[in-house]
Amino acid sequence: MTYTWLYAVARAGPDPLPPDVPDGVADEGPRTVTADGLLAVVGSVPAPDFEADALQRHLGEPQWLERTARAHHRVVTAVGSRALPVRYGTVYRDDDRVRALLTAHADGFRTALAGITDRTEWGVKAYQERTDPDAAAEGDGPPDDRPGTAYLLRRRSARDRADHALTDAAERARQVHRALAGLADRSTEHPPQPPEATGVREPMLLNGAYLVHRSRAAEFAREVTGLQRLHGPALRVELTGPWPPYSFADLPTGEAGAAGAAGAAGPTGGDAE
Amino acid sequence: MSTPTPWRGNGAAPAYPGTSAAPQPANLADLLERVLDKGIVIAGDIRINLLDIELLTIRIRLLIASVDRAREMGIDWWEHDPTLSSGDHRRDLAAENRRLRERLGELEAARSSEDAPDGTADGTADAEPEAVAERPARKGTGSRPRRAS
Repeated sequence: MTYTWLYAVARAGPDPLPPDVPDGVADEGPRTVTADGLLAVVGSVPAPDFEADALQRHLGEPQWLERTARAHHRVVTAVGSRALPVRYGTVYRDDDRVRALLTAHADGFRTALAGITDRTEWGVKAYQERTDPDAAAEGDGPPDDRPGTAYLLRRRSARDRADHALTDAAERARQVHRALAGLADRSTEHPPQPPEATGVREPMLLNGAYLVHRSRAAEFAREVTGLQRLHGPALRVELTGPWPPYSFADLPTGEAGAAGAAGAAGPTGGDAE
Repeated sequence: MSTPTPWRGNGAAPAYPGTSAAPQPANLADLLERVLDKGIVIAGDIRINLLDIELLTIRIRLLIASVDRAREMGIDWWEHDPTLSSGDHRRDLAAENRRLRERLGELEAARSSEDAPDGTADGTADAEPEAVAERPARKGTGSRPRRAS
């Protein structure tokens, strides 16, 4: 018995999937389901592994989570820029349930698709570039015959400088975001990632996402380069992408939140729970 | 548009829209942040809880901070977390180091009457010499040899 994993939603068209579409979360071959002029990219996944309990348990296994998250992402990416990515972990009992979903949310999907067509998501992260506060403090402070006091004073002075540097870098990060948001159709900020996740010890001060029209991609790139130079040593600006428009794929308010139509209500659903 | 294959700009060889950068696998933190938390959110028939941010953070740590790599970068949060590691010997060394520094400050203060304010040697705010070459102790070890003023 299998369930149906949902990857992405696009307008129904002649070229639904590339011939070399990668395997999905259960190593299955992704396929499409259509209804109401819309197309869902789905995969058949074994029910025992994707029951709620089993799936929840699997999510606690880092390797499983990484493997399936990457697989989901690969399929979404392969479908291309005209599809709305669906959040990882959206599973239906069968294809009919997916068709019902497409029908129930048809208007919302079309509106959301219009918002991302010809646009790509770029990620821009900015980190404070930290100089060594102790090194800068050498030579200051009381004479060497009181190393204990000198040490404590150095610590205080270094901390004051570090506070100031952080404030300055944070303001620069705000400027970077404003400049890039001005070139984007939409922009948003994700929470800064912790050093454990980034592998970068310096604090992340900006974790922005920008939905940029194809016609402005080059301009956006030039702006990023310019900002990297402008904010030079104080701030390190890093670009990632292009991403499927994960951060900008949302159904119009009223449909996305409740998502009641996907539940037992059937095609006529859509109202809040 | 260039290929939609994601890559990670890691500073050394930045690539930009329209250029032909060698595709790299997406940074896992960036990926999970998007795949698990973004995209069209609709209720599936199978309900799972993806919103436990704390758990997700722990997973990301487990996934990404391979211990050796993290150590190279000086990240060692797990060594300070008593539930994850027994770094007792290091803690002891660090605590002793701090005691010695504090004692040294006290001796200097006693030696010179026009010395720095007592608060410097005894103030709570300054008593944490974090991030010095020697590893700091997160928490003191109970009794501290410290005088009132």
